[in-house]
Amino acid sequence: MIGRLEGLKSYLLPQFLIDRDDYRCIRCEVCARQCAFEVHWYDEEEDAVFADESKCVGCLRCATLCPTNALVVRHNPTQHPPNANWTREVLQNIYKQSETGGVLLTGMGCDTDYPIYWDRIVLDASQVTNPSIDPLREPMELRTYLGAKPDALKVGRKGGKPSLETRITPQLKLETPIMFSAISYGAISYNACESLARAAAEAGTYYNTGEGGLHRNLYKYGEHTICQVASGRFGVHADYLEVAAALEIKIGQGAKPGIGGHLPGEKVSAEISRTRMIPKGTDALSPAPHHDIYSIEDLAQLIYALKEATHWSKPVSVKIAAVHNSAAIASGMVRAGADIIVLDGIRGGTGAAPTMIRDNVGIPIELALAAVDDRLRQEGIRNRASIVVAGGIRSSADVVKAIALGADAVYIGTAALVALGCHVCQKCYTGKCNWGIATQDPYLSKRLNPEVGARRLVNLLRAWSHEIMEMLGGMGINAIESLRGNRLRLRGVGLTREELDILGIKHAGA
Amino acid sequence: MLREVRFRDDKDFSGCSIFGMMNVRGERFNGEPMITAIANMKERSNGLGGGFAAYGIYPQYAELYCFHMMYDDRGAREETEEFFKSRFDVEGAEVIPTRPCEGVDDPPLLWRYFLRPRESLVCSEREADDFVVQAVMHINVRIEGAFVFSSGKNMGVFKGVGFPEDIGRFFRLEDYEGYTWVAHGRFPTNTQGWWGGAHPFNILDWSVVHNGEISSYGINRRYLEMFGYICTLHTDTEVIAYGVDLLLRKHGLTVEDMARVFAAPLWTEIDRMPPREREVHTALRQTYGSLLLNGPFSIIISNRSQMIGLTDRIRLRPLVAGRSGEFMYISSEEAPIHLVDDGLQETWIPQGGEPIIAELAEKMEEIETKGAEVISLPASDSA
Repeated sequence: MIGRLEGLKSYLLPQFLIDRDDYRCIRCEVCARQCAFEVHWYDEEEDAVFADESKCVGCLRCATLCPTNALVVRHNPTQHPPNANWTREVLQNIYKQSETGGVLLTGMGCDTDYPIYWDRIVLDASQVTNPSIDPLREPMELRTYLGAKPDALKVGRKGGKPSLETRITPQLKLETPIMFSAISYGAISYNACESLARAAAEAGTYYNTGEGGLHRNLYKYGEHTICQVASGRFGVHADYLEVAAALEIKIGQGAKPGIGGHLPGEKVSAEISRTRMIPKGTDALSPAPHHDIYSIEDLAQLIYALKEATHWSKPVSVKIAAVHNSAAIASGMVRAGADIIVLDGIRGGTGAAPTMIRDNVGIPIELALAAVDDRLRQEGIRNRASIVVAGGIRSSADVVKAIALGADAVYIGTAALVALGCHVCQKCYTGKCNWGIATQDPYLSKRLNPEVGARRLVNLLRAWSHEIMEMLGGMGINAIESLRGNRLRLRGVGLTREELDILGIKHAGA
Repeated sequence: MLREVRFRDDKDFSGCSIFGMMNVRGERFNGEPMITAIANMKERSNGLGGGFAAYGIYPQYAELYCFHMMYDDRGAREETEEFFKSRFDVEGAEVIPTRPCEGVDDPPLLWRYFLRPRESLVCSEREADDFVVQAVMHINVRIEGAFVFSSGKNMGVFKGVGFPEDIGRFFRLEDYEGYTWVAHGRFPTNTQGWWGGAHPFNILDWSVVHNGEISSYGINRRYLEMFGYICTLHTDTEVIAYGVDLLLRKHGLTVEDMARVFAAPLWTEIDRMPPREREVHTALRQTYGSLLLNGPFSIIISNRSQMIGLTDRIRLRPLVAGRSGEFMYISSEEAPIHLVDDGLQETWIPQGGEPIIAELAEKMEEIETKGAEVISLPASDSA
């Protein structure tokens, strides 16, 4: 007796209420046209606009575009009987599941209140004994190279001039230590993909295709593209590997460690079907594990297969979700030949994930990063791979703290989408994104102009880079490599002894 | 003051004076002009640390590693001597001669040892160096109250808490003759009371005196730890000394390449270089980025045949070089060079990140066998 209950009044309360100021409303119907969830409608007879608030997801598209600011969208203040255990969220989830029999789905990153360590870490600045450096007047270097570095360099002399005798393996060159995270074509619109690609190219950094393959039109940005090879192998073929600047084997994702992906058939349009190399309209299910990787030596085989397939011309990255034993796993990944290891924390985003997985599996990225960097140093193999962290990087300060904890660079996903207009309503999985991002509906996706999108992203990177330079200069540092792993420039505030030990930092005042 | 009561800051913060003087023909001279020169920069120190390194002072034991040691107490000395006996042939052990001197209080026990690594434990000379480095690490980390001032051959470090000129008198430096000397006066804001925290810092033949604060210390140190160097002193200078040892001795880089690691050219400069040079410099920064010394510094790095001056790449601390016949000078200020040498031919200020390299013109063997005649220097007021 499982089945959706049709025709009965739902026990779910609307999450949001919409207040419309009738005096301000000019009946332009922008709200009605903009809402893919069909919340607003205009009644000609009454000459009034109405809303079905039960459908509202709180994406604020209507309120943002309303020309007279006639709309206020607010969280429904109706209170459930007070109960610290049976909270509103818990009750609503149970009502939802008892009406549908389904797994709770959600989008974006974990929104529960696990400690955000970035907000418990403060930065240092120079005073007296050491001059701070003004980045507006002095050089300030953010350039970062990702890839394996040798432990020692052999420099010979040819005709009196130095000449390199050690061969450096392929590297990615970043003008700022921020890249765009893996987000697949399918999860987001073509226009969103193009925005990311163009911005990465213009800013001198990289974006990541995610597991959805690469649309042919975007091959021209290949030099700034990291192509992902995930368990479903969607869109993986010789040209795809060839065109990329680097390849990334996706083992796991912070939003859903241990499980695969699911792109519903409705989103598999003709273009996506061609790009992913799957029949149109079929569900794209990526398996939980790679079925050719059941163990670390299998990972090594895939890493070397990819290197061999691309003539050893590009770095190979391996991405895992941050979990309990990340340090040991990362060590194995480095020894298996990964040039870059990516750690995706519990707050990492997704287009769709089961809520219970997203909110309960994995560990905060700050702790995983500190543990992995420590372990690789203890084993003396930190040089052999770069560390990139993802999952909940919200600002330039987070970037600076991540690098000081030991990261070479960061990936931003959610922050990049927010730059494109995302309001983090967490309904990506519905395919109805009113901002034209997480949708394949041409009517919606054309709302995102790739040229404007690219400009917004480049602006964001420029602004963050400037802020990073200011913070570096304040610490008396003029090159990002002098911050990397320099945990002495960090202090914890309100953290326990154990947390400080794991992060490898002192408490403020000490 | 004992090591236990040192402040536990991230690292040492200090301003300083540095002075180096080399006779490029390897002729030896006594410590008098060094004391004169460093005393002239008194404003740059505050009486909480001074020190000297001298090369060529033990020609009669040129083949032996000379350990200058400080001990908090007799127990530390006995434990260290036990350790020496277990690993080395001890050819000589004596108290370092000192005289009472106003401004130098509560000295620790100061001893020196002439050691030969036990033959059954090491084979090659290279191995012997590693063996000595390990011994230094062992003493500094494991033996409470013992600390190695220096561990090179035919050289020694004399340092302590006080103004450098007082420390020089305390150690009777007029009685020693060396062909290269470096000196340091300190203005620390912490680690006040500890003799081991004074400069120069030394490992094997390498000594470093340093003016400045390394903002990248945290990562420099973590990087060196991966190669087995344990930083016990929490001073910037220590990471420089270990960095020198790693790059020059272990990885075989040239002094110029080492300077390019410590004070790397900007990427914009590297991008404009001819392809082969660009490749080398890019690789140096990629590989050794964690050893870039960021923040203000001027340093003099010395070994038995070289004296190298270097500033940070945006030149936030002063350094001046001078030449006068057989003498090469590197100093924080120009005045002390003139003070000790009337006949100074030229002085110049190097670019940020550009190394000044003074090198012995003669072969080491000839220098080591040279007699004890002392080059007399032009007289100076305070000498």
